[in-house]
Amino acid sequence: MADENKELKMPDMNYAKDEIIRISGVNPRKCMRCGKCSATCPAYDEMEYHPHQFVYMVETGEIEPLLKSKSLYKCLSCFACIDRCPRGVEPEKLVEAVRLTVERQQGNDHFTPDSLAEFYDDDMPQQAIVSAFRKYRK
Amino acid sequence: MQRIGVFVCHCGTNIAGTVDVSQVAEALSHEPGVVYSKDYTYMCSATGQGMLKDAIRDYNLTGVVICSCSPRMHENTFRKAAEQAGLNPFMLEIANIREQCSWVHKDMAIGTAKAIVLGRAAVAKVNLNAPLTSGETAVTKRALVIGGGIAGIQTALDIADAGFPVDIVEKKPTIGGKMAQLDKTFPTLDCAACILTPKMVEAQQNENITIYSYSEVEDVKGFVGNFDVKIRRKARYVDETKCTGCGLCTEKCPMKKVPNEFNLGMDSRHAVYIPFAQAVPKVATIDPNYCLKLKSGKCGLCSKVCSVGAIDYTQKDEIIEEKYGAIVVATGYNPISLDKFDEFAYSKSKDVISSLELERLMNAAGPTGGTLLRPSDGTHPHTVVFVQCVGSRCEANAEKGKEYCSKICCMYTAKHAMLIRDKYPDTDVYVFYIDVRTPGKNFDEFYRRAVEQYGVHYIKGMVGKVTPEDGKLKVQASDLLDNRQLKIDADMVVLAAAIEPDKSARPLATMLTASMDTNDFFTEAHPKLRPVESPTAGVFLSGVCQGPKDIPETVAQAGAAASKAIGLLCKDKLKNNACVAESNEMMCNGCSQCEKVCAYGAITYVDKEFRMPDRTTQVRRVASVNPAVCQGCGACASACPSGAMDLKGFKNDQILAEVDALCR
Amino acid sequence: MTVSYFPGCTLKNKAVDLDKYARQTAEKLGVTFEELDEWQCCGGVFTESTDEIATKLSSVRALKKAEDLGNILVTVCSACHNVIKQTNYQMSDEDFASKVNNYLGSEEAYDGQAVEKHYLELLRDDIGFDSVKKQVVNPLKGKKIACYYGCLLLRPSKVMKTDDPENPSIMEDLVKSLGAEPVYYAARNECCGGYVVADSPEFSKRRAKDICDGAEKAGADMIVTACPLCMYNLKKSGSDIPVVYFTEVMAEAFGIKEGENNG
Repeated sequence: MADENKELKMPDMNYAKDEIIRISGVNPRKCMRCGKCSATCPAYDEMEYHPHQFVYMVETGEIEPLLKSKSLYKCLSCFACIDRCPRGVEPEKLVEAVRLTVERQQGNDHFTPDSLAEFYDDDMPQQAIVSAFRKYRK
Repeated sequence: MQRIGVFVCHCGTNIAGTVDVSQVAEALSHEPGVVYSKDYTYMCSATGQGMLKDAIRDYNLTGVVICSCSPRMHENTFRKAAEQAGLNPFMLEIANIREQCSWVHKDMAIGTAKAIVLGRAAVAKVNLNAPLTSGETAVTKRALVIGGGIAGIQTALDIADAGFPVDIVEKKPTIGGKMAQLDKTFPTLDCAACILTPKMVEAQQNENITIYSYSEVEDVKGFVGNFDVKIRRKARYVDETKCTGCGLCTEKCPMKKVPNEFNLGMDSRHAVYIPFAQAVPKVATIDPNYCLKLKSGKCGLCSKVCSVGAIDYTQKDEIIEEKYGAIVVATGYNPISLDKFDEFAYSKSKDVISSLELERLMNAAGPTGGTLLRPSDGTHPHTVVFVQCVGSRCEANAEKGKEYCSKICCMYTAKHAMLIRDKYPDTDVYVFYIDVRTPGKNFDEFYRRAVEQYGVHYIKGMVGKVTPEDGKLKVQASDLLDNRQLKIDADMVVLAAAIEPDKSARPLATMLTASMDTNDFFTEAHPKLRPVESPTAGVFLSGVCQGPKDIPETVAQAGAAASKAIGLLCKDKLKNNACVAESNEMMCNGCSQCEKVCAYGAITYVDKEFRMPDRTTQVRRVASVNPAVCQGCGACASACPSGAMDLKGFKNDQILAEVDALCR
Repeated sequence: MTVSYFPGCTLKNKAVDLDKYARQTAEKLGVTFEELDEWQCCGGVFTESTDEIATKLSSVRALKKAEDLGNILVTVCSACHNVIKQTNYQMSDEDFASKVNNYLGSEEAYDGQAVEKHYLELLRDDIGFDSVKKQVVNPLKGKKIACYYGCLLLRPSKVMKTDDPENPSIMEDLVKSLGAEPVYYAARNECCGGYVVADSPEFSKRRAKDICDGAEKAGADMIVTACPLCMYNLKKSGSDIPVVYFTEVMAEAFGIKEGENNG
């Protein structure tokens, strides 16, 4: 697990929203606020900001709280929100784009080789380790 | 040489704002044939029309060009005025200098130059115009209504009331449609059957109405005022004229495990059946897919018990042919299939039902006799969850669902919720909504009553997943206003499925050459100003076939469609389009190209004798246009390889003259 | 029939049973798994972004190699299947494809024409469950099996098209053909907790526990899965229900592997 109290380096906030929309390929304006993404999300209780809030907050430009939120690391990438959204908004891609925006800043890795020691056990498949590195580190 | 008058309209500042109208009038006055050219603020006003009439008389005009708005707006106005002044209306042309010029340009010089060119083209055309007269055809004074739901019934009653014979073609064994399956109706909560069945009986008793139940339209030919229609009367293996509807056969039939479509498969019927007690016509129908006698030759019990000898296993489909002046489409709707929405567990649990299924479960004539019981175990549900917008308001071109709002679901869900709370106060009712849409007389009051008086829990948010577990339905949903994910253990889940046009609509539209939108709803001639007419003349639209609507709106539209049909049937003769195709027989080589492209079947071929230059005679096959059928689309004229086919009013030389004028 | 086989990182190490029995059962069914030369790890998860090129290259190379060999590319691990199939789908975007191909150079350029299939899809669509049934010498009679799909086999369904995402049947149909009885339970297409085990192990554990409990409650004797990470999470959930790979139960039914759970 990563250091919970680490100070994150923030990207240039003037471009953050556009950047997130660009790299995600998501158009948050397609959202009709039905909340089905959050209704279906298995990580809901772990998250401070929920999938529908990611969509809404990116649209309204409220990016900073999202960048700082631990919710970024709770998303399971299970694609349930993508599959069930009636409007094809693909909220998970936004969560991923926000996380990439954080992790692409130097020193913002959520996961380091040191963190590996904390959770590694002998049964752990390689897949878990490469996935964690890919999701939590740039 | 023509004597042409030119009138340039200012349209207030609509045109004059970006076009120097006086300069246009001045420039066009020098065009060949122009003897009079003037500009005026509003040509469409009575004064403007007076100016036109005076000029026609005073200057002996033989042709007129009006530089104004689109011909779709005022061509008729000006042509009528010209006719009143003694000019053939087809000698008047419009140059559209508003929509196609002043509205799209900002620069006065460019706008003015373009307006002059457009006017010049119109003058060039008028120079070659010839007076045209419309032919006339008689109107068959009989109407056809396709679909026997509340829309079709109401339309038929209104047309019959005006004194015209009308036939209803209904594919099911009885008329009544979806409304017959409903329990109560919003916002007054009167019983659907109580208000529908009197109308069904009225339709049956009306001398002007013939009901062809268990029948389908097979083919449509002809045109407004003169449609030739073939109707297939499917074999019901029962003589309709003999059957008294006593129901003895349906009781004795040993095949009693046939899914009952009237109750949406939630109970069974026999292979010989009458759909419901108040069916019209109340005659039995044998289902050939299940009847033992028809399938294997064994049984024949129904025939033995029928005291009037109405059973006829040898009956065959019958095609009847009839002529109609007007056709009203009232093909209605169905709820969409919920197969692709299994996140709501529709196919996994019997207790997840559609709203239409709930109507049957609440109805006294339904599978439970009107007691709300869970289909799985027959127990009383204590918690019921309603999910709105299932398959409505989805992304465009989604693999599942429709892009439109189905319009009726908010209200019927409020009704269902209210009725359950009224009948079973111990049952908790949740409604998950995205938006509550209740525009309509007494509609929002009705919805508020569900909340305030009946205590229905309305929650803003969508249900994400329903999982059957331990006899319960675990509902996981969003409460967006509270920013919470809710988990409710429900006994029943009711899905407000989107509605879609009946599957028969698409092939019918092809037969009628009536246009449809991408969702298979019939398109109106104009979405605001001609909402009950199809763009195909003589075809009218009634009910949900045109777009989602509730019963009051359907009945209103049914009446409107009837009045349009009556307006048509009242006429003895119809004026045909004067701008029809004609074939120059001397040039026609009988190649059939024109016939192939004609969507209206207006072109036939005749063998004609021609005298050749050497005084011999030769019989040649040449095209002949029926001017009553031709719609003047011009497809034949452009397809004709020898230039024999031409469209009156839009002849090839006229078009070329316009192009030349534009390019000058 | 010969197919190109992409084993993936875990099947060479922790998930040898998934790998070994996939090859052996396929061989029985007349399909040779020809392992791709110099394959590289798919990365475990698909990076959902329009500008991540490097993380997609190993998948593209694998697809390209299979295409050159004229073979379909077969995966056995759900994660490899998901990553490679999603990458293949993303390559249908012209802009993205040109960036990837610029990166790879002209010799390696890939046109997106290769077909990737999970072994389960191969069994259903190319081999047929009837043929599977014919190879069964040791029917798994009386065995109640809860099939676990998780996310990666099914979603995003628009891309994966493996099965109906809400009501899949491919694994149940397989275990039926092996003589076992499939057990249906609600959580079979819910996430096991996935890689989030690296951030919030307790959360992953709760997810996995829900799944195991659901399967057990529905009367299952065991859970079968196609994913090593699912297997890991389910086994760590604290539940006692055995979790095995689908290839293991196949091998058992085919008489290749002695059944440990046969009693």
